[in-house]
Amino acid sequence: MKHTISILAASAVLGSTHAATAATEIEFWHAFTGRLGELVAEQVETFNSSQSDYAVVATHKGNYSETLNAGIAAFRAGEQPDILMVFEVGTATMMAAKGAIKPVYEVMGDGFDQSKYISSVSGYYTSPEGDMLSLPFNSSTPVLWVNRDKLQEAGIDPDTDLSTWEQVGTILDQLKEAGVSCPMTTAWQSWIHLENFSAYHDVPFATKSNGFDGTDTELAFNSAAQVAHISAMGEWAQDGKFIYAGRRNEGGANFRAGECALFTESSAGYAGIKAEAQFDFEVRPLPYWSAVASEPQNTIIGGASLWVMEGQTEEEYAGVAAFMNFLSSPEIQAKWHQDTGYLPITSEAGDLTRSQGFYDANPGTDIAVIQMTAKEPTANSKGLRLGSFDQIRTIIDEELEAVWAGDKGAQAALDSAVERGNALLRRFEQASR
Amino acid sequence: MAEHTGMVEKRGAGLWLTHLGLIIGVAFIFFPIWLAFVASTVSQPEIVRPPMPLLPGDQFFENYSKALTAGINAPVALMLGNSLFMALGIAIGKIAISLLSAFAIVYFKFPGKKLFFWLIFLTLMLPVEVRIVPTYEVIANFGMLNSYQGLILPLIASATATFLFRQFFMTVPDELAEAARVDGAGPMRFFFDILLPMSRTNIAALFVILFIYGWNQYLWPLLITTDPSMNTIVMGIKQMFPSGDDIADWPVIMATSILAMVPPVIVVVGMQKLFIRGLVESEK
Amino acid sequence: MEKRVTFKGIWLPLLLVLPQILITAIFFFYPAGQAIWQSLFIPDPFGLSMQWVGLGNFEYLLSDRFYRASFITTAVFSILVTVVSMGVALYLAILADRLIKGSGTYRTLLIWPYAVAPAVAGVLWLFMFNTRVGVVTWYLGLLGYDWNHVLNEGEAMGLVVVASAWGRISYNFLFFLAGLQAIPRSVIEAAAIDGAHFWTRFRTIVWPLLSPTTFFLLVVNIIYAFFETFGVIHTITSGGPQQATTILVYKVYSDGFVGQDLGSSAAQSVILLVIVSLLTVIQFKYIERRVHY
Repeated sequence: MKHTISILAASAVLGSTHAATAATEIEFWHAFTGRLGELVAEQVETFNSSQSDYAVVATHKGNYSETLNAGIAAFRAGEQPDILMVFEVGTATMMAAKGAIKPVYEVMGDGFDQSKYISSVSGYYTSPEGDMLSLPFNSSTPVLWVNRDKLQEAGIDPDTDLSTWEQVGTILDQLKEAGVSCPMTTAWQSWIHLENFSAYHDVPFATKSNGFDGTDTELAFNSAAQVAHISAMGEWAQDGKFIYAGRRNEGGANFRAGECALFTESSAGYAGIKAEAQFDFEVRPLPYWSAVASEPQNTIIGGASLWVMEGQTEEEYAGVAAFMNFLSSPEIQAKWHQDTGYLPITSEAGDLTRSQGFYDANPGTDIAVIQMTAKEPTANSKGLRLGSFDQIRTIIDEELEAVWAGDKGAQAALDSAVERGNALLRRFEQASR
Repeated sequence: MAEHTGMVEKRGAGLWLTHLGLIIGVAFIFFPIWLAFVASTVSQPEIVRPPMPLLPGDQFFENYSKALTAGINAPVALMLGNSLFMALGIAIGKIAISLLSAFAIVYFKFPGKKLFFWLIFLTLMLPVEVRIVPTYEVIANFGMLNSYQGLILPLIASATATFLFRQFFMTVPDELAEAARVDGAGPMRFFFDILLPMSRTNIAALFVILFIYGWNQYLWPLLITTDPSMNTIVMGIKQMFPSGDDIADWPVIMATSILAMVPPVIVVVGMQKLFIRGLVESEK
Repeated sequence: MEKRVTFKGIWLPLLLVLPQILITAIFFFYPAGQAIWQSLFIPDPFGLSMQWVGLGNFEYLLSDRFYRASFITTAVFSILVTVVSMGVALYLAILADRLIKGSGTYRTLLIWPYAVAPAVAGVLWLFMFNTRVGVVTWYLGLLGYDWNHVLNEGEAMGLVVVASAWGRISYNFLFFLAGLQAIPRSVIEAAAIDGAHFWTRFRTIVWPLLSPTTFFLLVVNIIYAFFETFGVIHTITSGGPQQATTILVYKVYSDGFVGQDLGSSAAQSVILLVIVSLLTVIQFKYIERRVHY
């Protein structure tokens, strides 16, 4: 029913933009399908019906990579949209494209209060001078999902402490002994087990503050801490304790079907798991190695932000600013946060969600927020700003797969990933000179 | 396979073995399509908790109506229309320009003929993927993004059809053109009254082949259609796979796959005789 | 290759070739020229600036072991696709040829996959072998075989080969069947009466008479595997695991459109252009009168 309504709403929007010729059209390209796509359509429709000066037209352009490609190709052709959704790994590419983008702080004009945004979220998209370049849209952070029923079946106390990987290792042994076919799986391996791992343990992923201080950065994720973690994961994979399902969130299907006991995945997996899981589940903070750090630093975000493209009229930019203010408003943000499991981008939205009683009714949904914001970010945990990062992630995926398959040792694989990734960073540096 | 009866016409056990072998082959060919059909008639939970059933379920109308009316940005019905228009445009456009240029190259002597011949045939076999970035820019500069021209024109720039018609025209007896000339009929009259009717089979075969070629494009439409109302069905399926933290809706994806298959299958199976005759015989 | 009888006129033929020449020039030669020009630069993704590197892109590519490996991958993939699709098609064509009645029905059924888009074929096969929900994967699991093409390079290659060959069987089948049916019955019957067994007949009579068809299909299928299987690989493996299924055309796409490295992508286009030209020459030289789709 809900589905039908949003279709009607979406078609009403499309219809109204044609009818109301006076409104300035704001083109918005995004990468969301399915339920998330419907929620975006709902936001857009709410905005369009709230005022009559501007009409936002949201278009799905494929997955994250395809959306970025479409935006780049369109810019080259002079047909760029007003707003382009770009995933976090495309951030450096967009930042380097000085003549192609209009920084958000400029679009928003004087009186733009950047301090209302949660810094560990917006920091990823902020210039070294502290100016917000793009508006965080959907941000999530990795957490540990637990199938409580599965633990119980295996004779393990479902409330057992899983804060450290050492503890998780013990539990995996027990699960394996109890005959569980999938003790643990993961989504987004590079993002969770290398990028976030590094930030969480306060070790560099790349030099020059993970690329924030310049494009002459070099990858550094082949140091002892990361090697130890990947090596442990590799052993678990060989013993059948860690089941690898794919580079994206393929593992989610296994977890939601009730096969896997533990699952490292984005906090935004919430809605899908809630919809499909027919078992008792809960969210725990991402584990850390107590041998590496006495307590964890913060995790970093994944997801996407909205970039404003250069070359549009003043009127359109005014419309973009209005739409972005609308998206940042506490009510809209709080609803988005609660519907999707994505992090709120302003602290007001978080407070509103708390006062609405959402966290009490849905225990664990605030873990991601706490995990992100508990500590002031360091140079290693502000985020990543690396060129060609989509390709580097692919390289990391390839090398990690070699470890899981038992073809390579952790050190050799990470060394190789660093070497291959550095070659791409040098090309990016050359291209953006 | 070992056959020891020594007879050419098979009877009894040999005949049944032949049928059995073919049926196994057909089953192998059909299994993926059958499975997609089954998946398009069951519910998501039946698929995500394997094994999925091997016989159709009762969700046919739910899944297909969801696919047809919802789609992602545009209803599948609209995308089917776009695909149809694109495929027809490519098939008809390519046949038309190829017939004309092959006619000119075979039946005329004119300055630059050799040059034009080689310019056209150099394009043989080079797929659009290889030159896709600059081609995109050309289309954009012409303002042809989100237009049927943009979808169609770059894909008819290939010499295969010209080559085929040239081969065919070479086999047409010289006496026919001679007779036309003696009768005082102009070249275009000869073209329309004699050559075109003679080429019917070739045109039909090419039509099927080019229709399928056009229908099956997906990287190109994905790049140049930024307006959802211009999306085609094959790229639509691609877009139904979730990009981020969402889940794949297998029944709807499979229903769309089946829908994307129906028009080209109708064309191929329906025009089978003409198509096979044109395809196979023209290759000889 | 000239007609003895031709019509007179200069402007009419020029007018007739004009549409094709225009389209070819605008959408083929100009972009191909652009690709060659761009291969000498490292441009930024947005086209805002360009760094002249001369042959630097080619040096970079040839020093990349994954690019070199991609040639081998392409060769292995193409040969496998060709052998599998032609083998199955020949087997089915021989069977269908033995039938007096009913071969038309089988032909109608076998022709279907020709109409299925490579991208859709990829989706269908991915669905069957999906590591999580795939039916085949599940039944293999029952047999104790742990199918995981996401990690296993051999399985990934096997899957993209079968999915690519699948759609191609129809095409090859039609040609083989026509080739077989063109062999005079009397020749085979004579051999049969002489007591030649099936294999002897096949080896001594059928196969030699079929060889022009076979050679033609060989070239055509290799070209198909090179260029038209992009959709299959994109949907099933995205070139992985560890680039084990990254064929040359896929690499042009992934470096250019995913990696935004347009310089490298343009240089690869140029290398592909050279390969295509060579293939075209081979085709013209050995099977001049035929053309493929």
